Amino acid sequence: MNYWPLLGIAIVVIGFALRFNPLLVVVGAALATGVLAGLDLVAVVEALGKAFNDNRYISVTWIILPVIGLLERYGLQQRARAVIANLRGATMGKLLTVYLLFRQFTAAIGMKDIGGHPQAVRPLVAPMAEAAAEMSHGTLAEEDREKVLAMSAATDNVGLFFGEDIFFAIASILLIQGVFESYGYPLTPLQLSVWAIPTAICAFLIHGWRIRALDRRLGRAAR
Amino acid sequence: MIDYEWLYILTGGFFVVWALLSARDGKWGNAGFWGLLAASFLFGTHLSDFANGVLVLAMVAIAGFGLLKRSDPPTTSPEEREAFSEKLGNRLFLPALIVPMTAVAGTLLYNYTPFGETGLFAERRETLILFGIGVLVAIAVAMVWLNPPLLAPAEEGRRLLDSIGWAGILPQMLAALGAVFALAGVGDIIGGIAGEVIPRGSVFLTVVVFALGMALFTMIMGNAFAAFPVMAAAIGIPLLVEDYGGNPAVIGAVGMLAGFCGTLMTPMAANFNIVPAALLELKDQNGVIRQQIGTAIPLWLCNVAIIYVGAFLLWN
Repeated sequence: MNYWPLLGIAIVVIGFALRFNPLLVVVGAALATGVLAGLDLVAVVEALGKAFNDNRYISVTWIILPVIGLLERYGLQQRARAVIANLRGATMGKLLTVYLLFRQFTAAIGMKDIGGHPQAVRPLVAPMAEAAAEMSHGTLAEEDREKVLAMSAATDNVGLFFGEDIFFAIASILLIQGVFESYGYPLTPLQLSVWAIPTAICAFLIHGWRIRALDRRLGRAAR
Repeated sequence: MIDYEWLYILTGGFFVVWALLSARDGKWGNAGFWGLLAASFLFGTHLSDFANGVLVLAMVAIAGFGLLKRSDPPTTSPEEREAFSEKLGNRLFLPALIVPMTAVAGTLLYNYTPFGETGLFAERRETLILFGIGVLVAIAVAMVWLNPPLLAPAEEGRRLLDSIGWAGILPQMLAALGAVFALAGVGDIIGGIAGEVIPRGSVFLTVVVFALGMALFTMIMGNAFAAFPVMAAAIGIPLLVEDYGGNPAVIGAVGMLAGFCGTLMTPMAANFNIVPAALLELKDQNGVIRQQIGTAIPLWLCNVAIIYVGAFLLWN
């Protein structure tokens, strides 16, 4: 077997590690992989162009930016902070745990478009988490502030990934079903989606514990 | 019938405006980059594959030479924003909710009421199309309510877009890389290797290699969807299901979730890990991944345990 195309993967790994511009890394890896697999350069450029074109729907979501930018212009982030500041007993730990649960639950009933980084984390969740952390621990050091923002984004991801597969009509469940069916194992989406529940519970316990741990660590650093 | 082509023309229009505003601002690199993306949206369907490929290479050249710059169009000051926030109150959240609500409520209505029989939207395209409609409605509502300068939505959008920069098209580019990998047979090679390293006879070790393969291959491809068919064909079905008699539903469902743990740990999953770091203006491009590793590893261990217990101990 021709193992040379695997060099493309090495290019990706090394390129990301050395922090070259990721677009350059990805295109370099694509061209190298194609050529090493014995395709000619024109065919690889064609494959790249076709796939980029077929996947345009991924970048459609950026049209949300004017909405978010416009609302930020009128104080959306400040409002998100103020809501938290008016809540008695709000901590970053409680807030992000509630968001985690909300994200897992809404994803599990098929509403995975509620939430997301441009439309929810940047304008709402991250400023709220920061405000809550500052209420408990005072002004945060820059490094800690970044951790709180990054944890907000992480919480959105964990909630989405380990909630969505409980919903049976989702792409990943359909993909699993399709693969098993093609090997002669017919499964219903519901049979698959119930097995996403144990992992969802583990994800909630583990990530919830880590959110609380970060909150406690911030508290220790402040003293 | 409304299909993605309408959405591409709408999106292309947005990027044309952003390219023109960048040019007016003297940011030629940005103007070229977003202009090419606009061309891809507007004309991509009618261009040859090779022309689309050249367009991609030109965008990558602009980004690779560092010609994409941040921009800061005039906006309100933090003090003004504070004042607006107090004056406008929690009503400010409502326009932000229009987009997800339109997408979700619209999808539900379309799929579970006679509205779907109108055939207004192309099949399985309704959610993203409704998202686009939601954006237009939200902009209109905010413009009427807040009465900002006419160019404000475009300029505020450009401010955010330029803070994301090249990361904005990274997910699309990685999808294209995945297609080239598939064409070059990378998945089959990895599946073959994974199949060979399996220690025969140990169910538990086979479960570990299957789950590890899902996580590692997902980290390489940035996407568990690319890893799943390969690992299922190499290990999941022939060994775990057929040789050892495991429960296929558990192996399939939880195997995919083991892959999702890999998604949390890789810059290749750009839209979940790199884009938010840019959106939140973190100094560390990998800051989000750093917060996720501590969740992903123990969760991956849980998945191994769930497959072993659920598919073998309880099943047999």
